[in-house]
Amino acid sequence: MLNQYPLWKYILILLVVVVGFFYAAPNLYSPDPAVQLSGESSATVIDDRALSIATKALKAANIDFFGEEVNEKGTNGLIRLKNRESQLPAQKAIQRALGDSYIVALNLASTTPNWLADFGAQGMKLGLDLSGGVHFLLEVDTNSAIAKRMEFYTSGIKKSLREDKIRGFIRLEEDGSIRGKFKTEELREQANSKVRTEFSELVRQSVDDDGDFYLYMTISEAKIKEIENYAVDQNLTTLRNRVNELGVSEPLVQRQGRNRIVVELPGVQDTTRAKRIIGKTANMEFRLEAKYDALASAKEEFEFREAGRRGGSAFLERDIVITGERVASASAGFDSQTSQPQVNITLDSEGGAMMHRVTRHNIKRGLGVLFIERKSRTRYETNAAGEEVVIKVPYDEKRIISLATIQDALGVSFRITGLGNPAEAAELALLLRAGALAAPLEFVQERTIGPSLGAENIELGIMSVQIGLALVAVFMMVYYRLFGVVAMLGLSINLVLLIAAMSILSATLTLPGIAGIVLTVGMAVDANVLIFARIREELRAGLSPQQAINAGYDRAFVTIMDANITTLLVALILYAVGAGPVRGFAVTLSLGIITSMFTAIVGTRALINMIHGGRKIQKLSI
Amino acid sequence: MSEQQAQSKKVIPFMAGRKVAMILSLVLIIGSIASLALKGLNFGLDFTGGTLVEVGYSEVEPLSNIRNTIESAGYKNAVVVHFGSETDILVRLPQGFSDELGEELVTALEKDFSGDIDLRRIEFVGPQVGDELKEQGGLAMLMALGLVMLYITFRFQLKFSVGAVSALAHDVIITLGVFSFFQIDFDLTVLAAVLAVIGYSLNDTIVVSDRIRENFRKIRKGTATSVIDISLTETLARTLVTSFTTLLVLTALFIFGGELIHGFSIALLVGVFVGTYSSIYVAANVLLVLNISKEDLMLPVKEGSDMDQMP
Repeated sequence: MLNQYPLWKYILILLVVVVGFFYAAPNLYSPDPAVQLSGESSATVIDDRALSIATKALKAANIDFFGEEVNEKGTNGLIRLKNRESQLPAQKAIQRALGDSYIVALNLASTTPNWLADFGAQGMKLGLDLSGGVHFLLEVDTNSAIAKRMEFYTSGIKKSLREDKIRGFIRLEEDGSIRGKFKTEELREQANSKVRTEFSELVRQSVDDDGDFYLYMTISEAKIKEIENYAVDQNLTTLRNRVNELGVSEPLVQRQGRNRIVVELPGVQDTTRAKRIIGKTANMEFRLEAKYDALASAKEEFEFREAGRRGGSAFLERDIVITGERVASASAGFDSQTSQPQVNITLDSEGGAMMHRVTRHNIKRGLGVLFIERKSRTRYETNAAGEEVVIKVPYDEKRIISLATIQDALGVSFRITGLGNPAEAAELALLLRAGALAAPLEFVQERTIGPSLGAENIELGIMSVQIGLALVAVFMMVYYRLFGVVAMLGLSINLVLLIAAMSILSATLTLPGIAGIVLTVGMAVDANVLIFARIREELRAGLSPQQAINAGYDRAFVTIMDANITTLLVALILYAVGAGPVRGFAVTLSLGIITSMFTAIVGTRALINMIHGGRKIQKLSI
Repeated sequence: MSEQQAQSKKVIPFMAGRKVAMILSLVLIIGSIASLALKGLNFGLDFTGGTLVEVGYSEVEPLSNIRNTIESAGYKNAVVVHFGSETDILVRLPQGFSDELGEELVTALEKDFSGDIDLRRIEFVGPQVGDELKEQGGLAMLMALGLVMLYITFRFQLKFSVGAVSALAHDVIITLGVFSFFQIDFDLTVLAAVLAVIGYSLNDTIVVSDRIRENFRKIRKGTATSVIDISLTETLARTLVTSFTTLLVLTALFIFGGELIHGFSIALLVGVFVGTYSSIYVAANVLLVLNISKEDLMLPVKEGSDMDQMP
C-alpha cells in the first residue's frame, strides 16, 4: 500500500519529537538575575551569617530579592533578584557590606524545575552578546619562553663544561643561538660530545674561523613547538586558577590556535579588576644569593618588593635555579616548632631534581625568590605621516619577595621560612600557586557587553524569529493550503528539535546564532517546497494523488540531499575557520540543516501519510 | 490548479535572453571589482583593530558636545556617531591605542554629562588579530568554493561544477561590491553572512542542476538550450517560493533584529537576491558556454539506483 508507514516508524518519530520537546523545555524557564557570593580564598566559608549581612545590605538599598541559598559545601551563596537592573547596585551594596574577603559576582540562576534537571535537561548557554560580560583574547609571548629556555641552556652548558674543565667561552647570541668559542679543535670536540650527552635536544654545528673554533648550538623545530605548547598549556592552567579566584559563574578559558587563549567571563562588568587579575603577567625565579666575593659578571642586584626592607636590595647570582612553572603546588602554613609563618612548596619531578642538585652544595646560603612582573612603558612618537603614535615597550620588573637561608638539601618538596608575617606567606603561596605564567600574556582583543544590551539582543532576536516564522507560515498556508499547514507543523517541530539539540550539546547561543535560526526557518521550508512542487508536477503529469505524493517525496529526496550536504560543507568550513560569534552561527546553521532534513522529509511524510495514506482521494489540497 | 497546468505547457525561453543576462552580470562584476579596487571595503573593527565604545545616554546629548569632550580628553581621530537611536552613541578610535582605553573613555564621558550613562559595550581589537582575520576569511571563502567544486564534480560532472562555482563567485563578488559601493561596515558577522550566501546560492544552483541533469537523460530530442529552458521553467516555481520565504525572514531580521545584525541581514538579502538570479542565469549560461550535451551525463548512471530506495 502506498503512503503508509509501519507503526514502528510513527512511534519512532513520535519518540524523537517527545524527547525534543523534553530537552527544549528548560529554555522556557528564563533564568533569574542573581548575585553570587564566594570567598576570596577557599578557606572562607559562606554561611548564614554572611548571607544575612548580604540580605540586610540589599534591604537597606531597597533591592527586591528572594530565594537566597548556600550550596552544600558552603563555597557559594546565591541571592536571586527581581529584576536585571538591580544586579549592579546589588553587587555594589553586598560587596561593600561583606568586604574584600568575599567575591560578589553577577550570575543568572537557573529556574529549571528539578524533574527536568534530573534528566540532565538544561537550557542553552547564552553567549556573551546575549548575557553580557567580558571576552578577552590573550596572546602568549612564546618567543620569550623560548628565550628563557635558551638562557637556561647557556648557564647549564657553562656549568657542565666548567665541571669537566673544558675551557671555552660560551655566549647567548642575539639571534637566540648559543655560541661556544674554543682555542683548539680538541677542546671543541670535547665540548661537543659533552653537550651531545647532556643536552641531546640541542642541534650542534661546528664552524672554524680565523684560528678560532666555534660550536653553534640551537634547538630543533620540534623542541620549539614543544616549548611553545608547554608555555601555552601552562598559561591556560594558570589562567583557569586565576579566573576561579574571580568567582565568576561558568567562565570559559580555552586555547585558540597556536598561541592564543580565549577567556570569557559572563556577568562580569568590572573589566579593570578582571584584567588586573587575569593579565598579571607574574613569574617566579629561584636564585642563590651571590657570595661576597662573586664576580660582578656573575651577580645582579635586585630591589625588594617591599620598599625599605633589609637595606632595600640584595645581590643574587645570575644563574637561575628554577622558575615558577616548576611549582606544582604551594600553601601557607606555620612552622610546628617556632610557629613562624612559612610556605610549603611542592615542585614537579624535574624541578625537584634541579633544586636538589643546586641546594645540596649550598646549605646555609641564601635562596632568593624573585617576583617578575611584565610592565610596559608608553612612548609617543611621530611617524612618517606626521601622526602621533603610541608605542608600548614591554619590560620585566624583577623584585625580591623573599630571601631565606637554605637549612638542608631541598628536593621535590620544601619550605620557605623567614617570612615577615602570615599575610606575606599567604600571598607568596597564592602567587606561586596561581601566579606563575610560563610566558607573558598580551591582550589582543577585548569585548565588554553591558547587561542591558544583552537583554535587548535576546528580545530582538526572539522577536525576529517569531515574526519571520509567522510570515512564512501565512505564505505557505496560502500557497500550499493543507500541505502548507503540514509544512509549518514540520517547521515548528524543526525549531523545537534544533533548540533541543543545542541544549543537549550545550552549544552556546549567540546573536549570530539566532540569525542562523532565522535563516534556518527560511531555508528549511525549501525541502518542503521542493517536495510539494514535485507533487504538483506529478499531478499535472497525470499521476493519481497517492502516486503523486509518493513520487514527489521520492524524486525530491536526492535533490534535497545534494543541496543540504553542500550547505553543510560550507557550515563546517565556517566552524573550522571562524571564531566566537561566527562559530555560533555555524553551529546553529549545521544543526538546523540536519534537523530540517528529518522534519521536512520524514516528519511531514508521516503527517501526510496519516492524513491521506491508504484512503481513496480525488484531489489534493496542495 | 488550472493556472499551473497552463504554465507547464508553456516553456519560458530563459536562454533567449542569455546574452543580455551575461552582459548584465559582467557589468555588475566589473563594477563590483572596480569599486573594491578603488574604494575598498569599509572594514569594521574586527578587521582594522582599534577601540569601540557604545554607550547609552539617559537623555539626548548633542554629538558635538560629546566630540568636544572626547577631543579635550586627548583622543584624536575619534569617530562619534549615533547607533540605532538618538541616545545611543558609538565612539570608534583607530588602532595604536592600548586595551585600557575603552574604560578611560567611558570615565571621561561620564564626567562631562549630568545624566546617567549606560555602558553598552566596549570592544578592543589588537592590530595583529585583524590581518589574520582577513587572511582567514579569504581562505575560508576559497576553501568553501574548492570543496563545493570537488563535491559537485563527484556528484555531477565537471562542467556543472564550473557552472556552480562561477555562479557562487558571481554572487560573492557582487555582494562584496554592494558593501564596497555603499561603504557599509564589513565586520565578522558580514563575513559569516557572505559564507552563508555561498551556501544558499549553492542550494539553488544544485536544485536547478539536478533538474537539468535529469532532463538531459529523460528528454531524447531537443537542443541543450531547450532542455535547459524546460528545466528552468519546471524549477522556477520552487526557486521563487524558496527565495521569497528566505527573503521574508531576512526582512524580519533586518527590521526587528537590531542594529548589531544589520550588516548581516543586508549581506544575505543582497546575496539571496543575486543568488536567485544567478542560479537561473549564470550557472545554466556557463553550461551552454561549455557546450554541455547528453554525452557528458551518460556515463555514470548510478545515482538513479539509490533514488528508488527512498523511505
